[in-house]
Amino acid sequence: MKLKGTEILLKALEEEKVEIIFGYPGGAVLDIYDQLYKSNLKHILVRHEQGAVHAADGYARATGKVGVCLVTSGPGATNTVTGIATANMDSIPLVVFTGQVPTGLIGNDAFQECDITGITRPCTKHNFLVRSIEELAPTIKEAFNIARSGRPGPVLVDLPKNVMAAQTEYDPANIRIRNYEAVYRPAPKKMASFLEMLTAAKKPLIMTGGGVILGKASEQLTRLARKYQIPVTGTLMGLGSFPGSDPLWLGMLGMHGTYYANMAISHCDLLLAVGVRFDDRVTGTIETFAANAKIVQIDIDPSSINKNVAVDLPIIGDTQAVLKDLIKFLDEHNYTYEESARQEWMDQIADWKEKVPLTYCQNGKVIKPQFVIETLHKLTKGDAIITTEVGQHQMWTAQFFPFDKPNTFISSGGLGTMGFGFPAAIGIKCAFPDRQVIDIAGDGSIQMNIQELATAAQYNIAVKVVLLNNEFLGMPRQWQELFYEKRYSFTDMTYAPDFVKLAEAYGVVGLRATKPEEVEPVLKQGLALDKPVLMDFRVSREECVYPMVHPGDSISNMSLGSREMIN
Amino acid sequence: MEKKEHIISILVHNKPDVLARIAGILGGKGYNIESLCVNATTQYEISKIVMTTVGTQETVIRIENQLQRLVDVIQVDDLTNVESIHRELILVRLNFTDGKKEQIKKAVETNKWKVIVSADAYVILEITGDQSQIKFALARLAPLGIADITRTGIVALNLEN
Repeated sequence: MKLKGTEILLKALEEEKVEIIFGYPGGAVLDIYDQLYKSNLKHILVRHEQGAVHAADGYARATGKVGVCLVTSGPGATNTVTGIATANMDSIPLVVFTGQVPTGLIGNDAFQECDITGITRPCTKHNFLVRSIEELAPTIKEAFNIARSGRPGPVLVDLPKNVMAAQTEYDPANIRIRNYEAVYRPAPKKMASFLEMLTAAKKPLIMTGGGVILGKASEQLTRLARKYQIPVTGTLMGLGSFPGSDPLWLGMLGMHGTYYANMAISHCDLLLAVGVRFDDRVTGTIETFAANAKIVQIDIDPSSINKNVAVDLPIIGDTQAVLKDLIKFLDEHNYTYEESARQEWMDQIADWKEKVPLTYCQNGKVIKPQFVIETLHKLTKGDAIITTEVGQHQMWTAQFFPFDKPNTFISSGGLGTMGFGFPAAIGIKCAFPDRQVIDIAGDGSIQMNIQELATAAQYNIAVKVVLLNNEFLGMPRQWQELFYEKRYSFTDMTYAPDFVKLAEAYGVVGLRATKPEEVEPVLKQGLALDKPVLMDFRVSREECVYPMVHPGDSISNMSLGSREMIN
Repeated sequence: MEKKEHIISILVHNKPDVLARIAGILGGKGYNIESLCVNATTQYEISKIVMTTVGTQETVIRIENQLQRLVDVIQVDDLTNVESIHRELILVRLNFTDGKKEQIKKAVETNKWKVIVSADAYVILEITGDQSQIKFALARLAPLGIADITRTGIVALNLEN
């Protein structure tokens, strides 16, 4: 039977088991929206296309499935670019459908025309312009396959209006697509080298990253670390891939990493880096990063190997498969470690932990942002999915909210996109209506996608926004304090809306805490409500995130705030 | 590490924007393409791109890795490290100005250059060769006053498979 393009699209989404799409209609996609009107597929109407992509992205990060959005041509499409680039940097599987003017008008500067495949070429894993109705079904299948396989990523599919109106035969069982992703398993020689290096090591350390979460390898990584008593640190994207409550956990490393994690990196003699790409915020000066260590790197993407840091033993492959093979190999070869040497290493780490723990001081009448995060952790018992925006609040969340499970800390790591966390939380809450989903936000970031309060209110998507409001763009302000002699050039955000009234104007509950003793009651009240809530915490204005490695410095050289510099 | 010219052969799916993807990823990551040659293979749906770039071995491995990430790229080979044959074709116009006619005719004869157009006021030559032959020819052509030149860029064939 012949079907129209719009019908094929919806059938193909069903075929891919898509449960929900986030979108915004417009001229070029009205035919698709008309089809959607007759369909049972769940669609969430956002208030800005960037919100749609972040919502789909949050959904993908929390569920491990492909996130899907649908927007119109021209400005609808260009509004998705920041969201797509965000997903691309963090390797998140998305399929973004954009409307396009009819094929006959492409290139004519038609109304709401733009070359969105050209614009998104550098920030997608791949993209397609569907030129004929015959290409439609295979392209959609291929798009989903590309998005979720190998190193995942966003795929954009541009749908010209006339193609969607045309008809063709649709037979999902008979679509053949090429399989382009090779499956790698570690060679026995590599595993033998690993065993040899691990046996020789007295001070081994594991560094876990986003690839462990994407590869669903947390269980294997945790088993490896616990069985052989190897301490673990992680990147921002790796938080939750190893239990934050485990004594082997050292917290995050890097620019705002813990003192002990950064010291361990600088002193370890073997670094097993799994699913990381050695971002500059993690390594500090490359020359001194893990300078005493042999580095073993496991990653699915060969282009991540030797990109920033020279690696002694690269192992290319899916993190879960490789870790499984390594554990089996170590077991079969009866790997044991020298207990006294390991104990010495553990004692050394314990010393560092004791010397400079992660800390802050909640005294006086002003709320400290870290206190809000710690109280939130206490009240939720850590059982929540937390999203963040980007900036100081994001770093404090990484430091003061220990994550025990993968896919529960959702943040824009690579691109660092302000405005990500709130729409992402909406997407996540759609997937997990029974879980507590909380966006920890700053007052700068929340205003970047504040319009999504309407989305949350319309569908009663009961996300909670914990706004750490310091009336500053906190992170740039911190840099201005430290590196620009407190010249606060355009980072003062005192002129802002009354967030409680703003929330209420959107039909969202607004709460406020201005004193430390109000923090717990406000959080309790907000968390208990089964509706969207924005909680405005008026926090200490000039609190800094410490430790801090100054840009371009070694990560062992940390500024600790009021404490002395400890080297 | 030493920088040198690398000839990279890339098999790609013959899609409308595959060249833009390749140029884009290399340009976007800050790598320079010295020459580029795109041509059909015996299969319509597969094209071959031969490009040259100058860099260290490390840089070239990064370029190969970046290319491998592209969905439309099937295979990438650095022909610099294998036995391979290289050719470039150039078309050159030499004008008979400033009484150079005799000098040019003599040079064409001595070098056994192939004349493909011989007019009253100029000649057009077709010269092929590997990198060193082309370099040598260009050195010889320079004093004659090159009025116009077009080069194909290097094409290469792997002799090992």
